[in-house]
Parts: sequence; structure tokens; C-alpha cells
Amino acid sequence: MPTCAPDLRQRAYDVARGVTDPEMPMLTLEDLGVLRGVEVHDGTVVVAITPTYSGCPAMATMRDDLVRRLTEAGFDDVRVRVELHPAWTSDWITERGRRALAEHGLSAPSTAPRRRGPVALTLLPVRRDLRCPRCGCAEVELTSEFGPTACTALYRCTGCLEPFQHVKEI
Amino acid sequence: MTDDPHPLHGAHAPSHSAPDPNRSEGSIFDGLLGTDSSQWAFGAAPTYSHSEDPLAGVDTTVPDGVDAHDLAVYCLMLGDDALVASNRLAEWSSRAPDLEDDVALSNIALDLLGQARLLLARAAAADPSVVPVLPEGSPVPPEDALAFFREAHGLRNVRLAEVPNGDFAHTVVRLLLLSCARLTLLERLTGSRDRVLAAVAGKGVKELTYHRDYAGRWFLTLARGTEESRRRLEAGLDELWPLYPELLSAHPVETSLAAAGIGVDPATIRDEVDAVVEQVLATSGVERPRRGALAGVSGRTGRDGLHTEALSRMLAEMQVVARAHPMGRW
Repeated sequence: MPTCAPDLRQRAYDVARGVTDPEMPMLTLEDLGVLRGVEVHDGTVVVAITPTYSGCPAMATMRDDLVRRLTEAGFDDVRVRVELHPAWTSDWITERGRRALAEHGLSAPSTAPRRRGPVALTLLPVRRDLRCPRCGCAEVELTSEFGPTACTALYRCTGCLEPFQHVKEI
Repeated sequence: MTDDPHPLHGAHAPSHSAPDPNRSEGSIFDGLLGTDSSQWAFGAAPTYSHSEDPLAGVDTTVPDGVDAHDLAVYCLMLGDDALVASNRLAEWSSRAPDLEDDVALSNIALDLLGQARLLLARAAAADPSVVPVLPEGSPVPPEDALAFFREAHGLRNVRLAEVPNGDFAHTVVRLLLLSCARLTLLERLTGSRDRVLAAVAGKGVKELTYHRDYAGRWFLTLARGTEESRRRLEAGLDELWPLYPELLSAHPVETSLAAAGIGVDPATIRDEVDAVVEQVLATSGVERPRRGALAGVSGRTGRDGLHTEALSRMLAEMQVVARAHPMGRW
């Protein structure tokens, strides 16, 4: 194993970035924006990850997968730390991640809302400018703001009639 | 057991043999595995570390100028609101009026459970003496010990979170009142001197925005729906209204934490919260109930550990498995 720290860090980062999200395995943790950093200090690899939502049930699996993959790659001492601030935003999903989502039939989020002052109550359904990831039709209707995972909303395409998930802007 | 390598041969032999996932040419299960052999969809699961500290690596040093025990109790208050509300919402699983709302209520419950886990872990890190003592060697992490091994009088949630579920309209009303108060509170809490609380609040604001909108839209829909939906909504509002003032009244711990720049005094957000509640009522054409606040007992309410009987019953069900196995690994 090389001893030069920057090389080690890069090697550890290259392993960590390849670990995938257990619920959306088409995305790596890097593409999802969950991987916040990799440091190597005195032979210890410290990986920082941030939860997408407070109750994200995939965190433990992500942690286990990171430790296992880095251990397999020859790093003996691996620690995963939680970084709660700044809070995850869907804006951190990379371009490659957005393409991967679309290729797997999920609609990628648009830019997350920026606000100043108190959060406004929205009593009318949010209008999102999005297209069906299957047929490209722009005539879609919101079924529910809450989908099968914490980070998705449910839509239905009125063109091909298929339901699809949209990754929510937060 | 016999040594027969084909134990299924005989009268009940299936028409197709069970696929062998280890066959070199692959099997129908390969798609489930993806490229990562550790992500088993069936069979022997890898070792999971679900009890890992949710605040691993987070600096939990108690800020200057605040009593560590008070900080812990404050975190319990906010954490218990989320824990108890989450459990009531989760009771809707498989029982909601339709599948979409079943999923929505479970999602909201999951967000709140996540907030509860972080806040209870923060309480334990601030002052370990608040955590119930378990048998030597118990693998139960502190936040689970707090959730599953406290008696009702040890919980600090507001009583609105604990009253039993009624119909769907009742749940919409409760969620609206709780979300209106919690969203505004968490918005203020993002400025806390305690960086853990500030971070938990920052995440929570994004989640609560969806919860409050969901409840507000359903409130409007039920109010303007049928005579029956409106009747149920008004009945739920009338029943729960006496518990609303408790959300916006300050307990001495909240007042002192607010003075220290760590917490938020609920009394200071009363007008802002009530303006949102009023906006929903006015848009829906529903009159503000005239009922007064439900009194405490000798001035004690949920924040003091004084609860309705419903909380004990809820905890009995929620805690029974954990309490039966204090040495259990999950």
C-alpha cells in the first residue's frame, strides 16, 4: 500500500464513491450527494456521509457497505461519521446521477426551493415542470407527495398511463 | 433427516425444481443481487450495525452557559413529541382511507421517528443520567433505551401528540396543529447555539414543510368536500382544540434554554403559528372553536410528564418487545 497520504486519500475516495445507495442502486453515494468527504489520518479512513432525510432507513446499510468495501480494498481501520450540517439537498445529486435516475424510470428533481423568511404554507398542489421518464410526455399528474421511499413523490403520466416516481426537491 | 440429496422427490415433488442461486450459468435471482453481492434480497443477510450511533463523529460538546441536564430534558421534549406523534401516525399503516395516504402517513411517521432518534441520542450525549439503566452488557443503544424503557411519566411530549387516533379527519387536524407549531419552532431552532440541535432543526424544517402542506391541503379538502367530511373535520377540530394551547406554552426548561440561546420559547412563536392555523381555517371556511385549554393537574402538563391514560396504553404496546428482551440484538 502506498504511504503518501494524498494517494491513499484518493484511493480510499475512489472505493467509497463506488458504493451504491441500497434503495436506489442505480446511484452511487457520490452521485446522490450523500458522500461528503473522505480523509485519511494515520492509516485510519474517515468517511463522512449525510442522511437524505432524518429517518432515512438506508443509513445503516450505507455505513456497513462503506466499511466492507474499504476493508476489502485493504484499509484496516475504517470509520464512518455522520455530517448533519449542512442538511442534504436534492441539488447535490450529480448530473450523472440525474441521468442514471432517468434511465431507470425515475424523474430527477429540479432546483430545490430557496427561501427567505418563514416557510410559506402551500394549500394548492405544487406544480412541477417535469416529463414522464418513460415516454417524455409533459402531461403528468401528481398522485401523492409521498412515495415508496422518503425522497420520492408519486406521479402518473396521462400519455402512457404509467405511474412513476419523482425525486422531491428539498 | 436423510441423506437423500433430493428430499422433495415423492408425492409432493414440485413441477419445477427450486432454482439454485449458485449455479454457474446464473439464476433468476441474479437481478435481485445487482452487482453488489452483499445486498442480499433473500437468504443469509450480512451483519448489519443498526445500533450504530446516529450521531457518530458529531461534536456533542455541551455549549457554555447551559446546564447539561436541562439541555438533555429539552431534547427529550422535542424528541418525545416526534416519537409519540410518529407512533400514532404509524398506527394508520394498512388502515388509511387509500394506499397513497397510507404511504404518506407512514412517510411522515418515518421522518418524525428519524428526528426523534437524533434528538434522543442528543439528550443521552448531553446528560447520560437521563438514560434508563439496563442490565450489564445490554446492547440497547441510549436512544432506544430512552424510547423503550421509560415509563409514561418520564416522557415529556405535549398531550396533543398522544391522544388516541380517531378517524382520518381527526388525524389531519392533529397533524396540522402539530406541524404548524413544530415547523415554526424548528425554523427558529436552526439558530441554536447548540450545533447538534441547529443541524437537526435544519433537516427537520425541510421535512415539516411537506407535512404541514399535506395536513393543510387535506384540511381544506375535507372542509369543502361533503357534508359528512366537513362534519367529521369539525368534530376532530373541536375535540383536539383544547390541547392546542399547550403547544405554545412555555415550560420553565424551555424558557431557560431559550434565554441561553439554545432553545426556543414556544410562547414567542405563538402569533406566527396561530397566523398559519388561522389561514387554514379561513381558507377552509371553518370557524375557530371557542373551547378553552385543557387544564393540567396542579399546573402540570405533558412537558412535566403528566399525561393522559392513552400514553401508558400506547407505550405498553410500543415497548413490550424491547422490554421483554433487554439483552436482545436486532
